[in-house]
Amino acid sequence: MHESAVAHDIVNSILAEAKNQPGKVTRVLVSCGQINALNDEVMQFAFEAATADTICQGAKLEIKHIPLKATCKNCSGEFEFDLYNPNCPKCGKSDCTLGEDAPLLLEEIEFEED
Amino acid sequence: MKLKINKKILAKNEDCAAANRKFLKDKNILCINMISSPGSGKTTTLEKTINMLKGKVNIAVIEGDLQTQLDAERIRATGAQAIQIETKGACHLSAAQVTNAIHTLNIDQIDIIIIENVGNLVCPSDFDLGEEKRVVLVSVPEGDEKCAKYPKAFAKADVLLINKIDLLEHLDFDVNRIKKDALKLKKDLKIFEISAKTGDGFEDWLNWLTKTKK
Repeated sequence: MHESAVAHDIVNSILAEAKNQPGKVTRVLVSCGQINALNDEVMQFAFEAATADTICQGAKLEIKHIPLKATCKNCSGEFEFDLYNPNCPKCGKSDCTLGEDAPLLLEEIEFEED
Repeated sequence: MKLKINKKILAKNEDCAAANRKFLKDKNILCINMISSPGSGKTTTLEKTINMLKGKVNIAVIEGDLQTQLDAERIRATGAQAIQIETKGACHLSAAQVTNAIHTLNIDQIDIIIIENVGNLVCPSDFDLGEEKRVVLVSVPEGDEKCAKYPKAFAKADVLLINKIDLLEHLDFDVNRIKKDALKLKKDLKIFEISAKTGDGFEDWLNWLTKTKK
């Protein structure tokens, strides 16, 4: 994914939500799929850079990776699809039906309590 | 205090892409987003495509590069309309840039708009531009492991063009390997082997293009 664009979009969404909140942001939860995936390390760095000097500075970013279900057409086994190793772990064949990949989502924002 | 948001990230680009898609569909224009590494022959493929369909299908091109008008000038030399977007450093096109370009084109006579994305096999694959179909292009000198290394570009594509097949006899490029890797990620991927230099394999690619337009 394009982590810096994602980080800036998250910060803009938080700033819009935070208009009605008094405290600083302490935690942010985002989720992603397997094709719409975020790289944790790059995302943490981009988030840190994008939040500098905002009310989100220092907030903890949690990234939830939602599995993508695949069904093997050869052995009918169900498995979690890995874009970087798309073979069925049971029979080794690569012919499978994919479920729907989860979108990139800003799920939760936590603000500090008074 | 915890706030539940559940808002799509990069939704602005998605909304803009959806508006582009609707606008072009209403005008009955097929829009294609072409993605590849730099130097794989996107512009040469487009020149050949435009020239071979001249008089039958009217193609316009939206060009994305970091800077210069060079590619748009090459397309205009074929007689086709071309709009150059200079991203000034950005590594991919976004839907809003395409909206502006579409409205700069004289679209009355256009059947197909092909967007030549910034040469980059990574970032462009994450940004919907409002295209109907996505084409990923790989050339023989790049090596047959491109799909294994950059799977996302292939997983989201409708067509794979393997270009510069006139060089196959000089290089160790296993066409079956890249086909196999790509089909693992996208079962109904259409694959065409072409040479934009000699015109080899263009018949099937042009047939797909004109059939998809209808």
